[in-house]
Amino acid sequence: MLEAAAAAKVEEKLYQNRYLVDAGRPHIKVRPHIVPSKALLALTHACPAGCYSQNDQGQVEASVDGCVECGTCRVLTAKTGEIEWNYPRGGFGVLYKFG
Amino acid sequence: MAQERFDAIVVGAGPSGNAAAYTMAKRGLKVLQLERGEYPGSKNVQGAILYANALEKLIPDFREDAPLERHVIEQRLWTMDETSHTGLHHRSDDFNEERPNRYTIIRAQFDKWFSRKVREAGVLLLCETTVTALLRDEKGKVVGVQTDREGGAVYADIVVLAEGVNGLVGQRSGLRPELKPDTVALAVKEMHFLPPEVIQARFNLKGNEGVVIEAMGTITAGMTGTGFLYTNQESISIGIGCIVSDFAESEVTPYGLLEAFKAHPSIKPLLENSECKEYAAHLIPEGGYKAMPELCGDGWIVVGDAGQFVNAVHREGSNLAMTTGRMAGELVADLKERQAPCSKAELGQYRRRLEATFVMKDLKKYRGIPDFLHGNKQVFGLYPRLFNAAARNWFRVDGIDKRTKEKEILTAFRKGRTLPGLINDGIKLARAWR
Ligand SMILES: Cc1cc2nc3c(=O)[nH]c(=O)nc-3n(C[C@H](O)[C@H](O)[C@H](O)COP(=O)(O)OP(=O)(O)OC[C@H]3O[C@@H](n4cnc5c(N)ncnc54)[C@H](O)[C@@H]3O)c2cc1C
Ligand code: SF4
Repeated sequence: MLEAAAAAKVEEKLYQNRYLVDAGRPHIKVRPHIVPSKALLALTHACPAGCYSQNDQGQVEASVDGCVECGTCRVLTAKTGEIEWNYPRGGFGVLYKFG
Repeated sequence: MAQERFDAIVVGAGPSGNAAAYTMAKRGLKVLQLERGEYPGSKNVQGAILYANALEKLIPDFREDAPLERHVIEQRLWTMDETSHTGLHHRSDDFNEERPNRYTIIRAQFDKWFSRKVREAGVLLLCETTVTALLRDEKGKVVGVQTDREGGAVYADIVVLAEGVNGLVGQRSGLRPELKPDTVALAVKEMHFLPPEVIQARFNLKGNEGVVIEAMGTITAGMTGTGFLYTNQESISIGIGCIVSDFAESEVTPYGLLEAFKAHPSIKPLLENSECKEYAAHLIPEGGYKAMPELCGDGWIVVGDAGQFVNAVHREGSNLAMTTGRMAGELVADLKERQAPCSKAELGQYRRRLEATFVMKDLKKYRGIPDFLHGNKQVFGLYPRLFNAAARNWFRVDGIDKRTKEKEILTAFRKGRTLPGLINDGIKLARAWR
C-alpha cells in the first residue's frame, strides 16, 4: 500500500476514537539524536497510530495525540533507550468505548 | 490519599485484577484496587471471546446480568492465500446449551460490569490513578505503592500486580525483564457495526448464536501472526496481529495489514455496508512458558498478562488471567487466615497450585511453539499457498483426470518445500506440539 494512502487511512481510523488529551504534556518523548537507530526508524511504520515520522534532517519525531498506548515503540527501543515512555496521567489518553 | 492500611492493593482492573480483588474481598480482606483508566475497560482491548468456565468459578450466575454478546456455536479455522481460503469448520447444535461454554463480549462493557461486581464485594476502586512505583521497607519487602495522585503513597501487606502486558511497575522495579520484540505480538482491531438481522443472515445464525473465525496465511505478509473475525450482537470485531520484531523488520504498517485483511475476497462480503466505530491496538505476550518471569516475592505477586499467562496457540488469555487472579487471591486469603506473612516462601505455593491447573499444564505443553513458529515462516506463506492451490485444483472440474490432479498437487508440495523439508517441518511441529 502506498505510504501516503496508508497514513491518511490511519488518521481516519483514529478519528473514530475518543481521547482525553493532556495538552502540553506528551507521555512519550523521543530523545534528541542525530542519526536514528534502525529500531527507531522502524517506528515510522510499526506504530499502529502513525505517531512517528522522519523530519527533513532524517531524525525521528513523535506526535502522540493519537497514541493508543499499545507499547510497541517502547518494546522496540528498549535496548537503544531512544524514547522516554510513560503512561499518560491517570484518566488521560485513549478512552475505548468497546476495546 | 487517606493513610489507611489495606490487606491488599491490586494494580489494574482487567480480568486478572478483578478476579484477584473479588476473591480477596469475598474472603473478608480489605482491598484497594487502582486503575489508570477513566473507567475499568477504557484502556483494554480483546478479540474478544470469553470462556465461561473461568468466570463461572468466580461468579457462578454471571449469565444473569453480564453483558454477553453471542454464544459461539461455530468455529472456523481458515488458512488463506491471496484469493482463497481453505477452512475447517465446526458447528454444533450442542453448543446451544443451557449454560454455553464460550461467548463473544465487548471488553469495555464487560470490564465495567465485572468491576461493579468487584465493588459490590467490598473492594475500594480508584480510577484515573496510575501506580508509578513500588514502596519497599529497609529489608526490600514490598509494602505499598506510589501513585500519581497528590500524597499518593498507599500501604498494604501485599501488592497484586495485575497491570497487563505493558507492566511498567513490575519491569521498572526489576521484578521481571523487559518484553522482547520477538515474543510479543501487536494486534490491531476494528469494531464494525451492522444490524443484528444482517449478521444473522450472513453467518447463518438464529438469535444470540455466534460464529468465530481464526485465520492465518498470506494475510500476515510473511510475518508470524493471525487474523480473527468475531460476531457480536450488532457488530463484528475484526483484527490481525503479528510479532513485533516482524513488524519492525518488514515495511508493513499494522493498519495497512488490517486494511488488506478486510479487503480479502473471503472477508470483504462479511463486512459489507458496516460502519466502523473504533480502532484499537494492544500487545499480546506470546513467549509462553519459557518467557514466564518470577511470579512472586516478598510482598508481591503477579497475575494475568503481566506474568505472561497467555496461551497464544489457542488465543486464550482472559481465562488464564481470571484463573491466576483467583488463585493468587485465594492464596493471599489463606495466608491471612493463618496469620502467615506474605513472604516469598509462603507465596511460593502460588506456582505449585497453578501447576495443578490447566494454566501451567497448557503453557508447558506449548513451550516449544514460539521457537517453532519463529524458525518456520513457511507456515504463514508457503503452506497456505500450497493448501489453497491444491484445493483449487482438486475442486475445479476441467476435464483433467483425478490421478493427474493428485500428481500435480504432490509435485507442487515437493517443489515448494522438498520432501525432507516437509518431513522435517512435520517432526518439528509434532515435537513442539507435544
Ligand atoms: C487483540 C486481542 C485479542 C485477544 N483475544 C482474546 C480472546 O478472544 N480471548 C481471551 O481469553 N483472551 C484474548 N486476548 C488476551 C486477553 O485480552 C488478555 O490476556 C487479558 O486481557 C489479560 O488480562 P489482565 O487483567 O492481565 O490485563 P489487562 O486486561 O491488560 O488489564 C490490565 C489493567 O491494568 C491497568 N494498569 C496498567 N498499568 C497500571 C498502572 N501502573 N496503574 C494503574 N492501572 C494500571 C490497565 O489500564 C488495565 O485496565 C486478546 C488480546 C488482544 C490484544
Ligand atoms: S504506544 Fe503504540 S500507539 Fe503509542 S506511540 Fe507507541 S507505538 Fe504508537
